[in-house]
Amino acid sequence: MATNVGALPMERRYETGIARWLTTVNHKDIGILYLVSAFLFFFVGGIESLLIRLQLGEPNNTLLSPDVYNQIFTMHGTTMIFLFVMPVMAGFGNYIVPLMIGARDMAFPRLNALSFWTFLFGGLLLYSSFLLGGAPNAGWFAYAPLTSTQYAPTHGMDFWVLGILMTGVGSTVGSLNFVVTILNLRAPGMKMSKMPLYVWQQLVTSFIILFALPSLTVAAILLFLERNFGAPFYLANQGGDPLLWQHLFWFFGHPEVYILILPAFGIISEVLPTFARKPIFGYTAVAYSGVAIGFLGFTVWAHHMFAVGMNPIADAVFSIDSMIIAVPTSIKIFNWIATIWGGKINFKAPFLFAVGFIAMFIIGGLSGVSLAVVPINFQVTDTYYVVAHLHYVLFGGSVFAIFAGIYYWFPKITGRLMNDRLGHLQFWIQFVGFNLTFFPMHILGLLGMPRRIYTYGSQYGWDTLNLLETIGAFTIAMAILVFVWNVVTSLRRGEKAGNDPWDGQTLEWTTSSPPPAYNFATIPTVHTRRPFWDQKYPQLATEKSKTPALVMPAADDAHGAVHLPAGSFYPIIIALGLAVAFYAMIFMLPLSLIGVVIVFAGIIGWVREPR
Amino acid sequence: MISRQKNFPMRTLFLVLGLLAIIALAGCAGSPTWFEPASSNAALITHLGTAIFLIAIGVFVIVEAMLVFSVVRFSRKREGEALQIEGNRKLEIAWTAAPAIVLAVVFALSLQTLQSVAYSPAPDPAGTPAGDAVHVRVVGHQWWWEFDYPELNITTANELHVPVNTVVNFDLESVDVIHSFWVPQLAGKTDVIPGHINHTWFKADQLGTFHGQCAEFCGEEHALMQFQVVVQSPDQFQTWVAQQQAPAAAMTGDAAKGEQLFLNGACIGCHTVNGTKAAGKVGPNLTHLASRKYFAGNVFENNAANLKKWLTDPPAMKPGTLMPNLHLAPTDIDALVAYLTSLK
Repeated sequence: MATNVGALPMERRYETGIARWLTTVNHKDIGILYLVSAFLFFFVGGIESLLIRLQLGEPNNTLLSPDVYNQIFTMHGTTMIFLFVMPVMAGFGNYIVPLMIGARDMAFPRLNALSFWTFLFGGLLLYSSFLLGGAPNAGWFAYAPLTSTQYAPTHGMDFWVLGILMTGVGSTVGSLNFVVTILNLRAPGMKMSKMPLYVWQQLVTSFIILFALPSLTVAAILLFLERNFGAPFYLANQGGDPLLWQHLFWFFGHPEVYILILPAFGIISEVLPTFARKPIFGYTAVAYSGVAIGFLGFTVWAHHMFAVGMNPIADAVFSIDSMIIAVPTSIKIFNWIATIWGGKINFKAPFLFAVGFIAMFIIGGLSGVSLAVVPINFQVTDTYYVVAHLHYVLFGGSVFAIFAGIYYWFPKITGRLMNDRLGHLQFWIQFVGFNLTFFPMHILGLLGMPRRIYTYGSQYGWDTLNLLETIGAFTIAMAILVFVWNVVTSLRRGEKAGNDPWDGQTLEWTTSSPPPAYNFATIPTVHTRRPFWDQKYPQLATEKSKTPALVMPAADDAHGAVHLPAGSFYPIIIALGLAVAFYAMIFMLPLSLIGVVIVFAGIIGWVREPR
Repeated sequence: MISRQKNFPMRTLFLVLGLLAIIALAGCAGSPTWFEPASSNAALITHLGTAIFLIAIGVFVIVEAMLVFSVVRFSRKREGEALQIEGNRKLEIAWTAAPAIVLAVVFALSLQTLQSVAYSPAPDPAGTPAGDAVHVRVVGHQWWWEFDYPELNITTANELHVPVNTVVNFDLESVDVIHSFWVPQLAGKTDVIPGHINHTWFKADQLGTFHGQCAEFCGEEHALMQFQVVVQSPDQFQTWVAQQQAPAAAMTGDAAKGEQLFLNGACIGCHTVNGTKAAGKVGPNLTHLASRKYFAGNVFENNAANLKKWLTDPPAMKPGTLMPNLHLAPTDIDALVAYLTSLK
């Protein structure tokens, strides 16, 4: 088991200090930047959720004014979706995908940097609204005409639109980069059918982003034109239609759900085999069910709109489409359970979080099917039942998977293991807190509590469950504190990980932890789905391969120096230019020319930059 | 050792869930829940919901048991390596077919109910005349409900009266943003959308008062946009209709002073009192305000003390309300309250 790290020279212009991080185009640096920024937004969004729970902890509470409450829940949803789960998944993807497919970097390193900076500046732009006249307050779904200047007179909605557009630039550019990287930069011998499942899900997710995001972009631009230039696309009294927003928004919004969950499926599909010491059960089914979900995800958007008064036949069509998605999803769940079955389980924190993910996602999936039943939907839509459902999918699902991924890849990223006992402690506190917070929401929804209300009377029998939920939310916060403590102490004193702490199966575990800038001294050739495992345990290999599963040519002078792209200031300059233009569009339109000039200067510099 | 670790929290979990169920049942008293339906159409949804939830609980128990069993069993320390199997076609076909079959059943059940609740029953061509049904125009306002009975010439707010065992057909309109009309025990939600006229219906089969609420986020006071539905016997309903159709009562004493203040003040810019020159359309029709149990989105009990508090500073009671603080003199407020409480 030769480690595949040689002392090869590399080129870099800005190697130290802050300039390194501002100019980096290395996929691992960018992955870390994504992960760290996303977690900072996660803490902010988490504090917002605690404020929400404090307000709702007792009936007739006056802790938050209605307007502040509306700003807080709008920002909580927007943050968790656009500024936490999406970028954290981009962070994992950036760090892990090139390592998994045996590449030296992403296909377009500078574009990669651009996608990070536009995400970060978009998020900061959105949050600056709190200081500049008030945050958006129409909900993350921003239903027209509540978003028009008549009903939302502050600049909050403009910040929302432009923040979303800016992070959208980042997501689009990043997705293009993933598609090209995955299709073109795989190691020799790694056919699509040999690709790790995480990479499969990342590929599908990237395609979904590319096809779904334009719909949100269009919707947001129309809204901006309406608010600032009097083009009444969504205003019924001026010839527009508020339902236009809903169709455009949900045509993006439902695929978005899969953008948030498919990478989580990918993480689970890596963690389970590693810790069960088995191959994934039904590789093909797991890969293709992801593709199927990607396609079907585009056909169900109006199931968010059953109450708008559509024709019952349209209702029925969107209902059955939504139910059909449950089939590929069930296939995945059964395959995961079968992957655990017969394993020799290494019961570490990543595995625990992965099992927690499956257990919670089953509940979210079942409540999802009940929501697809139109008559039931008439009763439960826009109640706390939906809040319960979406948190079982996005918190019980995506967030538990994110923690599985953090515990799994932290040693690869930092060279040190996280404390496993603290990991178990975090899991159990979080698991109890999560269910205490969100399970009662199902019941509250059935008891008639609508969502997005800042207060409720004590005559409806909702008090006790709401108090329990608030206690649960603070329990989750304690679990997050354990996590932060674990990260901080493990970074300093964590056990040294070595290359391969989990006895892994895929290529990222063949290189050092953290990997060198160039990942692999020589590009490996792979012939099986578990190349590293098959190399370590040829007697346990399941795939018959005439050639060795994994070939890593020794690094020698004959291969020469590894050429790595130099750092560049242009990505951050372009992102800054965009931010300047966007601020000017809110406060003084002509000044946006300055931003445009900066963007073009950045592009020219980028193109002319020596490589 | 590991399996013990695993079992203990699982038992705790079941304990917690059991407790939650008990608390939920205890909490039910007074909740506007569609599990206590009071109309034929809501009852259909309740039946469907019960069936679907039972199926879901069954699936939940089976799948979670498979998961927990696999984890517990294969976490034990043992000799030898893990099974190196890549899949099993028969198994995979089975667990593709199983959910598909369950979902087909769920879909079939739901279609049947959808048929029945989506369309208001047409007037029976042979028997009862179509005039039997009651027709109400619902207009959503930020943040209160207007109820018009066009055929009966009644306009009221936040308190909907309907006769029992009669089909009530609603036309839903909005003057500002999107709202959603929802009475959990009588009918599921139908959105109230500017530029669209939506329709819904119900046929109440129990007497009583039922809580209704705006269910689509509609801005600052979304939470305080409530209403109530009073289901009455045909006789009671006719009495109510006659009372609402009467013009506003004649005023004497303090109330007469209040009436003059009302008719000569800013009030008439927004409010209507039938039979007077007050014909504003922005706020609720006040002709029979005193007949309603609550006001301002069915939130505050309708009594002299609360009305006084309201007139002193409306946004202090309901932040965001479109009714401004008119800075009325305390004596004027007393007269106005006397007037408003006389609008029986």
